[in-house]
Amino acid sequence: MKKDLLLFTGFSTLVMLAPQLFSGGYLMNVLVFVGINTMLAIALNLLLGYAGQISLGHAGFFGLGAYLSGILTTTYSLNPWVAMPTAAIVVGFLAGIIGFPILKLKGHYLAMATLGLGIIIFIVFNETVELTGGPSGLSGIPNLKLAGISFDSDVKNYYLIWGFTLAVMLFSLNLSNSRIGRALRAVHDSEVAAQVLGVNARLLKVQIFALSAVISSLAGSLYAHTMTFVSPASFGFNFSIELLTMVVIGGLGSIYGSFLGAALLTLLPEFLRGANDYDIIIYGGLLMVMVMYMPGGLVRGIPALFRKIVVKGKAGNA
Amino acid sequence: MQFDQILQYVLSGLSTGAIYALIGIGFSIIYNATGIINFAQGEFVMLGGLLTLSCLELLKLPLWAAIPCAIAVSTVVGILFERLAIRPLKQPTPINLVIITIGGSILIRGLAMLVWGKDTHAIPPFSGDTPIAIGGATILPQHLWILAITLIIILINKVYFYHTISGKAMRACSYNRRAAGLVGIDVRRMVLFSFIISSAMGAVAGIIVAPLTMIAYDVGVMLGLKGFCAAIIGGMSSGVSTVIGGLILGVLESLGAGLISSGYKDAIAFIILLLILFIRPQGLFGKADSERV
Repeated sequence: MKKDLLLFTGFSTLVMLAPQLFSGGYLMNVLVFVGINTMLAIALNLLLGYAGQISLGHAGFFGLGAYLSGILTTTYSLNPWVAMPTAAIVVGFLAGIIGFPILKLKGHYLAMATLGLGIIIFIVFNETVELTGGPSGLSGIPNLKLAGISFDSDVKNYYLIWGFTLAVMLFSLNLSNSRIGRALRAVHDSEVAAQVLGVNARLLKVQIFALSAVISSLAGSLYAHTMTFVSPASFGFNFSIELLTMVVIGGLGSIYGSFLGAALLTLLPEFLRGANDYDIIIYGGLLMVMVMYMPGGLVRGIPALFRKIVVKGKAGNA
Repeated sequence: MQFDQILQYVLSGLSTGAIYALIGIGFSIIYNATGIINFAQGEFVMLGGLLTLSCLELLKLPLWAAIPCAIAVSTVVGILFERLAIRPLKQPTPINLVIITIGGSILIRGLAMLVWGKDTHAIPPFSGDTPIAIGGATILPQHLWILAITLIIILINKVYFYHTISGKAMRACSYNRRAAGLVGIDVRRMVLFSFIISSAMGAVAGIIVAPLTMIAYDVGVMLGLKGFCAAIIGGMSSGVSTVIGGLILGVLESLGAGLISSGYKDAIAFIILLLILFIRPQGLFGKADSERV
């Protein structure tokens, strides 16, 4: 427990010092995205890594948060600080309702159903033009303001986003070490066994699904208020797959792994500028290679690889 | 007037439905032999169409030679996919299988983008495009090709699964893999067979639909999902119920697009998918004894 606290303190200090170490608005902007994607990856990881329930529609919840925030603050001129929790509650409620029938499904069927759900949400974003602006998007979403500070620059946004990201991380770390976290892992390993031991697996799965949707919605709202513009293209099926890739690469069931996966997949396209369109080949390849050779993700795979090399090296020397 | 219009929607819906049925049967065959939902199924449809295009334009083959050539190459991709991605998997849990077939589908799609670019391509129809009048509606010769070829493939399937040793062995695997292994059936070979059959069928679907709807590197996603939807309606059977599922889906979609809104056309399939999964996960015609939920 003490080690966990130390790790988290170290991590957050590093995060808070980063703007001092790196300068340049562009990098800050990229790091803002790393923060948002970390939140999303953690949200999906709570569901997939801890509870063992796949979702291929999480971009939909992310989009719902972004659009609800956007619509409430532009069309209905609500304060962003009111719009954000409102969006989160609505999305959580919707996820709770749809969660009961959808989480009755397992494995492949759950994957297909959540995928379908994500695509339906995406189509709604595109088609309800008078509400969402349709494919051309929704613009003029206000920035968040706090105590006279308007979060309108990359550095300010960095602190805002990472403040939320760290809070989500801390919450998730606590959750995974709590009774609920253990119950979730029990459901992951065997739903029947968990139920025999008195875990209400069905309710728990729906609760974690709703929680995951709420975190995604929060990330969506923050995205809308920092970008001040949203369009359906950001919330399609491909983004759901990208989130899945982040979680799998980082490591299922590891909060820091989600950060690692999110950071890697957000920074990777920046290094591959020339190969812009071909990044999907890399995603596909990465997904396959990780599942085949490093099913624990980078967080477990790299130390294991390191040990292997060191042990082999020593054996070679002796 | 109104009736003619509806007839028109139904007729064009039937031919798209036949395509969904072919793709859906591909899903079912692999699912029944292995328990895997192959998320890459739609990519073979795309490959079939685009490979035919290359055979026609690059190799200057006539259509009757281009088609088997395209099917053969797609099938090789299917074999490679099974050998390189599915078989070596150390922990074949459902989630790992979902992720690896998704990874495979993205990879195949990306490579197709490299080879054929992002443009939409057209293949000439098999026998001209003079419309044929039926009642007050008209259909294209290609519609008839689609229906006829689908029918033939379904008949071949029927013969294979019920009248050949390897087809019967495959059915045995779908009932119980371990028991099939115990009576001397090489289950892994049957898994490979199932990938061969479904990638070939997917390719055929792509080839016959391409003259009608155009083809591009990214059509596989939607077609694959619709095919899966057909299979779900049919209760993951590799026979008639999936065909009916595909036809129902095609007609509903076409009617919905015509009478309600074309923007929501794709949503119709997914709403049906969700409703079936929620209410009748065993399919419209299945008995409620299967353990699919």
